[in-house]
Amino acid sequence: MKIIVCVKQVPDAKDVRLDPKTNTLSREGVQAIMNPYDRHALEEAVRLKEQYGGTVTVVSMGPPQAEEMLREAVSCGADEAVLVSDRAFAGADTWATTYTLSQAIKKIDDFDLILCGKQAIDGDTAQVGPGLAERLDIPFVAYVRKINDCTANTIRAERLMDDGYDLLEVPLPALFTVVKEINEPRIPSLKGKMKAKKIDITKMTAADIEADPEQLGLKGSTTQVVRVFSPELKGDRAMLTGTPDEQVAQLYEKLSPLL
Amino acid sequence: MDYFLSEEQQMIVDVARQITDEMIVPQRAELDETEDYPRDILTAIAKADLYGLYIPEEYGGLGGGCFEIVLALEQFARGCTGVATAFAASALGAYPILISGSEELKQKYMPLIASGEKLAAFALTEANAGSDASGIQTTAVLDGDEWVLNGTKQWITNAGEAQIYTVIAITDKSKGPRGATMFVVEDTDPGFSYGVKEKKLGIRCSSTRELIFKDCRIPKDRVIGRIGMGFITVMKTLDQSRPGIAILGVGLGQGALDEAVVYAKQRVQFGKPIISFQAVQHILADMAIQIEAGRALVYSAAKHIDAHKNDMSKASSICKVFATDMAMKVTTDAVQVLAGYGYMREYPVEKMMRDAKILQIYEGTNQIQRNVIGQELNKEYTRS
Repeated sequence: MKIIVCVKQVPDAKDVRLDPKTNTLSREGVQAIMNPYDRHALEEAVRLKEQYGGTVTVVSMGPPQAEEMLREAVSCGADEAVLVSDRAFAGADTWATTYTLSQAIKKIDDFDLILCGKQAIDGDTAQVGPGLAERLDIPFVAYVRKINDCTANTIRAERLMDDGYDLLEVPLPALFTVVKEINEPRIPSLKGKMKAKKIDITKMTAADIEADPEQLGLKGSTTQVVRVFSPELKGDRAMLTGTPDEQVAQLYEKLSPLL
Repeated sequence: MDYFLSEEQQMIVDVARQITDEMIVPQRAELDETEDYPRDILTAIAKADLYGLYIPEEYGGLGGGCFEIVLALEQFARGCTGVATAFAASALGAYPILISGSEELKQKYMPLIASGEKLAAFALTEANAGSDASGIQTTAVLDGDEWVLNGTKQWITNAGEAQIYTVIAITDKSKGPRGATMFVVEDTDPGFSYGVKEKKLGIRCSSTRELIFKDCRIPKDRVIGRIGMGFITVMKTLDQSRPGIAILGVGLGQGALDEAVVYAKQRVQFGKPIISFQAVQHILADMAIQIEAGRALVYSAAKHIDAHKNDMSKASSICKVFATDMAMKVTTDAVQVLAGYGYMREYPVEKMMRDAKILQIYEGTNQIQRNVIGQELNKEYTRS
């Protein structure tokens, strides 16, 4: 089974700040990590490889620094790593990103399954997975919480829903986005780290993926960010006092007009 | 301090650190309370390839030595000495095969131990044979193509969890120290069972039980090395393994210092964080001095052992005594810095203090280590 995992380097959520002047995330001095949901996608791919055989290729669109994260993915069990990087990609929204990734994946060509995290923790759009499936014209399942089994042509998976789950059978090739409930990502192994240090990362530029320049980066993006802001915390507070019975009575009095 | 580790050695530290911070530290208090064996952590250690650190590549290991396993153990012990002991016990059980075993035995057992698929355990101690190993009473008698073992081993780490046991038994009482032989016993061998799990002061998540041999029959080819060479294998094994115990003292001490400094910066008394008081600073400084001295000594001893296989005893005993006595002192001081809070189970330092005590006792008490050092000095000065 040939599996592609799309991974993104994101700022560590522990210290995300907004730059009020530029309306963008302030990345200065913030540690970059692999998007946590992508880590679950990678782990699932490696487990599928261990069970059914095959290869795992990680693909990331990002700046040259993303190479570090791709090496980490190799230390966790990926076999190959592809960095899609070009100045022309800068400023891409999810529309332009799915175009760029789809061009790169068409170059890789041979795959049975693509796994992505359900969303990235920086943009939080959850659009790249489904958008990419659309561009590649393959079946898509979101919020996969378990992959049950697969054959040469089909795969069965559970999709997490608000009130339970759906069991779906999908023809391959397909694209899934996964939730964190799907597995517990492993800690890199020593042999994996040694391999990661030596591996040649395949680099693809806009020219390599034969992309239409008009559809790349800021130029190819249809989204416009008008303003980004931290919501102000509002809301009145009232402290109830007295015995528990008295407090319940007061609370009922306050809530009853609203019911 | 920078010990100029190679890139590969630094990777070992990084992997072991991640397992320690993400798995061991969050679970240690519960493991101490429930006394459950840390199977999921040991599985993660196996998946991370760390069971094979000291095993040659031809047997599925990574081809490192004493120093490489020391680097991993230091991290684990910083998190929990119980988990570190459970991990280290497999290496202790494997060394006799590695040191004296036939090529066949190595081929059969070492790859399984290197992958962590099977755990090993070492069985020397008995009710009447502690510091005086010559007091062992377990016997092995050859009967046709099988050895028949009878007797009871006591306080065996990993007992009931390991699948591969290296066991010393008397094969010819009349030959004294040359009448003991080591064997490999597998958990499924007939006539082999375990006693109850012991209740301990510290390292509670590690398993400590009796091994009971009642007409336990094993194939003839399970002899490790030559018949009658059992004690020599035991001594070489312990020389090789003691830096592993010494480094547990360093890791444990570091864990205690980390807790003490963090607490001393937060705890306010008389209007100031207590770290601003010289009385507290000096305790912390003395802890740091002792730990760093211990680390430098254990690293050096481990490298010496990797380079000088015929001259291990003194270096091995010296580092074991120093680093484990240090751990007892440092962990006691950590409890003192945290004072009333430190005495409570809510904070990790009381467990660290309880865990430290075993380091001065197992794999040869620190008094026995001083005997070894004294005897080696006597030999050295006779030669020159």
